[in-house]
This record gives sequence, structure tokens and C-alpha cells, in this order.
Amino acid sequence: MIERKDVEHVARLTRLALTDAELERMREQLNSILAHLDTLRAVPTEGVEPTSHAVDLVNVMREDEVGPCLSQDNALANAPDRSGEFFRVPRIIEE
Amino acid sequence: MHRPIHELTDAYRRGDLKPTAVAEDYLARIGALDGKVGAYLTVMREHALDAARESEQRWRSGSPRGPLDGAPIAVKDVLCTAGVRTTCGSKMLERFVPPYDATTVERLRAAGAVLLGKTNMDEFAMGSSTEHSAYHPTHNPWDLTRVPGGSSGGSAAAVAGGLAAGSYGSDTGGSIRQPAAFCGVVGMKPTYGRVSRYGLIALASSLDQIGPFAQDVTDTALLLGAVAGHDPRDSTSIDAPVPDYTAELPKGVAGLTLGLPDEYFIDGMDPDIERAVRQAIEVLKGLGAKIERVSLPTTRHSLAAYYVILPAEASSNLARYDGVKYGLRVAGRDLVDMESRTRSAGFGAEVKRRIMLGTYALSAGYYDAYYGKAQSVRTLVRREFAAAFAKVDLIVAPTTPNIAFKHGEKEDPLSMYLNDVFTIPGNLSGIPGVSVPCGFSTAGLPIGLQVLGRPLDEARVLRAAYAYEQATSWRSRRPELA
Repeated sequence: MIERKDVEHVARLTRLALTDAELERMREQLNSILAHLDTLRAVPTEGVEPTSHAVDLVNVMREDEVGPCLSQDNALANAPDRSGEFFRVPRIIEE
Repeated sequence: MHRPIHELTDAYRRGDLKPTAVAEDYLARIGALDGKVGAYLTVMREHALDAARESEQRWRSGSPRGPLDGAPIAVKDVLCTAGVRTTCGSKMLERFVPPYDATTVERLRAAGAVLLGKTNMDEFAMGSSTEHSAYHPTHNPWDLTRVPGGSSGGSAAAVAGGLAAGSYGSDTGGSIRQPAAFCGVVGMKPTYGRVSRYGLIALASSLDQIGPFAQDVTDTALLLGAVAGHDPRDSTSIDAPVPDYTAELPKGVAGLTLGLPDEYFIDGMDPDIERAVRQAIEVLKGLGAKIERVSLPTTRHSLAAYYVILPAEASSNLARYDGVKYGLRVAGRDLVDMESRTRSAGFGAEVKRRIMLGTYALSAGYYDAYYGKAQSVRTLVRREFAAAFAKVDLIVAPTTPNIAFKHGEKEDPLSMYLNDVFTIPGNLSGIPGVSVPCGFSTAGLPIGLQVLGRPLDEARVLRAAYAYEQATSWRSRRPELA
């Protein structure tokens, strides 16, 4: 069972500001879903290697050559806030 | 004028129909009927008319670009379209205008297709009903009180309702095959890696795959062929030649062995579905296929494994929505406060739930118990399919355990997740699968037959679907919308 403090902790990690009512509802729903996910424990998987990916591909390399790419203006075009050639964010470092 | 793409292009070739007239007709139908269906989020009217005029020039001068030239097609709003708003069904991307095309979109434009617009979907492709779009729900053209399935519900409803000749969606746990079944159209999830995911807004990167919806299997083959193939911009894209899928279709099923998995006929499934699927198997037998029972015992654990892997990957992928580079920003007192306010305002309830679940499953102390375990279960699912495909050429099964349900009927998240119980194993193992209409429930709602194949064996999957389709007449039945 996950408790209210676990839900609050995960919400902080994921950068979600949840209201009291949302936290409570989330706790109930996560517990109900996790109860189903816990059925996995019954599956014997000792010695079974994990599959991270359905296709057996290893690193895909390419030549280190400059090719076409997005222009700086295009890359910045959807920015909620920009300053010249930068994404602008709220102050991070205290003065 | 709503007819399969191969019939439209035959008519273009003969000069009996013009791409502009067809595009105008579809746009008029969208204008008249999409208020009821809600299949579209954005209609690309001017673009479509321009593209249709250019196509017409090519047909007139005898130089069409191929079998999709002038075909009116819709794409799910999860695929980036240069210069055209792409929302992914979320308020987070309400004003996002991609600076580039997804490879699928780029290939469609190059093939001369007429893009009609962007279709509705569950927010960030999380859902099985298209009720969880941040904009509006989509309605099933067969019964507007019912859902079209999801998450690619807009693309399925557009083809079923005559609002597009064909369309594309994405399938992470069944999001093409399940709505295809619910809407009575053909829908295919190709092998993982068969179609480039470049420009596809990511949900779960180890599972996502793009595929077509169509009015029949021939169009499905054409629509898949147009977008399949290696793309250096997607490192998971498979570098293997793309066969001519339509050329393989008429080969029939005589001599093929079809596996019938015990685990896909479960307690609680709709008896109409079991009846229709068993009848479909008799039809395939009558066409010369051999039927053999197979067992895929880990099927019953697939849903749980999927609901660990998907939220885990989604929570990582959706970390990019931080109010900095693109998408919504809600002002805050500092960076963390801005990010939290932005994400809380921009994401809907189901998205938040899965981000929370995924982050929890990946967090310190739980990683091995959940994510590690689910990845091992995934190996078991793959092994069981591989063992089955050593004995049989294809697997046939129902696409869904139930028919299209009513709006608001599945309030509990877990009961919604159960919709994908027959489609999820195909994603976990990466194999190709198609849903083809195989009848109607007593209430007159469509039922889908699922055909699954070996990795990269789309040609044989389509061949069996085609043989079945040609032996039956389900596709002649259409919903009455007007």
C-alpha cells in the first residue's frame, strides 16, 4: 500500500502540484492499479533476462558529419519565452 | 464518393473522377458531419485543396506519383506536421506548431496524398476511448452514444464515417487495432521499427509504432507500403527492404497454418465476439488454412507488465514538457514552481496518473520489483510467441474482448485498461498485427478479427486478412451518419 506521503514525494519528483483532493484520489487509484501490477510477483522469472526493446538493435552509428538541421530561429519559434537566441526561464540562481 | 483509395485512384486514372472534386466532397462531409462525430482537431482545408489541385495536374499529365496520389488522408494529431498545429490531444501543446514533418507525413506528402487534417485522440495517446482528449470526445459513427475506441479514435471514426478515405494512427498497446475493431474498419500495427517514429510524439518508446486505418485490406497494404522502411533519423528503424504488400495479397491462405491461442478466449468476453471470431476461423478453414491450437500462457500477465513499462517510459518521455522549449508555460515564482504549475495545468487526469505511476515504478527501491520484473515478463511473452510461430504461420484471435462501449461507461481506470488485453502482447513482443472486420454484434456494432504474424511478416498477415475479407461481405455495410 502506498501512503499519502509517498504520493506527495512522487508528485514532487514529477513536478506536479496536486491539490489535497487530487492527492487523495491519486493515492486510492494508484493503490488499486498497483494491486493489479503486484500480480506480476507470481510469475517465475528467475534467470530470465529482461527485454528492454523488441528489436535486437545495438548502437546505431553514423558518420560525424554536419548535415541539415533545424535553424536556431525554428528551434526557438515555439518557446514560451525567449531572449534573443536563448530560452528564457525564471531566475534559478539567487543574487 | 466515400470509397477505397485504390478505387479512387483507378477513377483518377480513367479520368472519371478528379482529386479536387473528391477533396471538396470529403471537406464538405467533414463540415456537415464532424460536428456529430468529432473526428478532427484541425481541418487543413486550404492545404488539402492546394494538394488536390497539384495532384490533379499530375494525373492530367499522366505522371501521378503512385497509388496514393490524390488520396484524401487524415493523420492522428500525434504526428508532427510542419506549420500545422499538433496538439497530441493535450492543452500542453495547444499552440505548438512543429517546425518539421514526421517522416510518415513527409512520405505521404511526397506520395501526393491530400492531407485533410489532424485527428482527435486521447491525450498523449493514453486511453482506449478518445473520451480523454483535452478538446472534445469522438463519437462512434455506428452509434454516436458509444466511443470509437482509442487512443487513435479520431482516425478510426474518420474512415468509418466517410470523413477520410484512409488515415494513420499510433499503436502502443492496441491504439490502432482496438479502435479499428470498434469502428468496423481495417487497422494495422506493423512490426516495431517497420515505420519510422521520427516526428511521432513519444508515449512509450519501446512500444510505439505508426500504422494505417483503411476501408479495406488492399488500401491497408498501400498505406503501409507508402510509409514503411528505414529512416536514419530514427535509430530504432529497421533497415530491411519493404516488399510490395499488395502483390502478396492474392496468394490466399491455402497451406498456411493458423494458430488459435487458448488464452484469447476468456471468461467474461462478449459472446457475440466469440461467435463471430469462431465463424471467421471456419471461413479461413474453408479457404484451405490449417488451424492449430497454440498456448501463450503469459498473456494473462501482459496487461500488468504493460502497465509498468508504459507509465515508466511515458513518465520519462513527458518530462520534456517543462514550460521552457515549447508548449504551455504557467508563470511561477521560480523554475520549479513554474514547471509544477505548467505541468499541473497542461496535463489531464489520466496523464498525471500514468506519470505518477511510472515515476513510482522507477523510483529508488521499486525499480527491480516493477520495471525489472515487467521487462523479464516481456521476455517470456516474446519467447512464447516465438515458440508458437515455430509451429504456425500466423495467429488469429479476437481484437478486443468487448464491443464499443457507451461514453462514460468505463470510469474506473483499470476497467478501461482491460480493453487492450488482446492487443498488448503484440506490442510487448513487437510483432505485426491487423484487425479486420468480422461481423456485428446483435446490437449491430462491429467486431474485429486480429491476425498476428512473425516480425516483419506484414505481407503474410495482410494476405490472410485479404483472403478473409474477400470471402465475406462485411465491408459493404456502412454506418448511416447523414
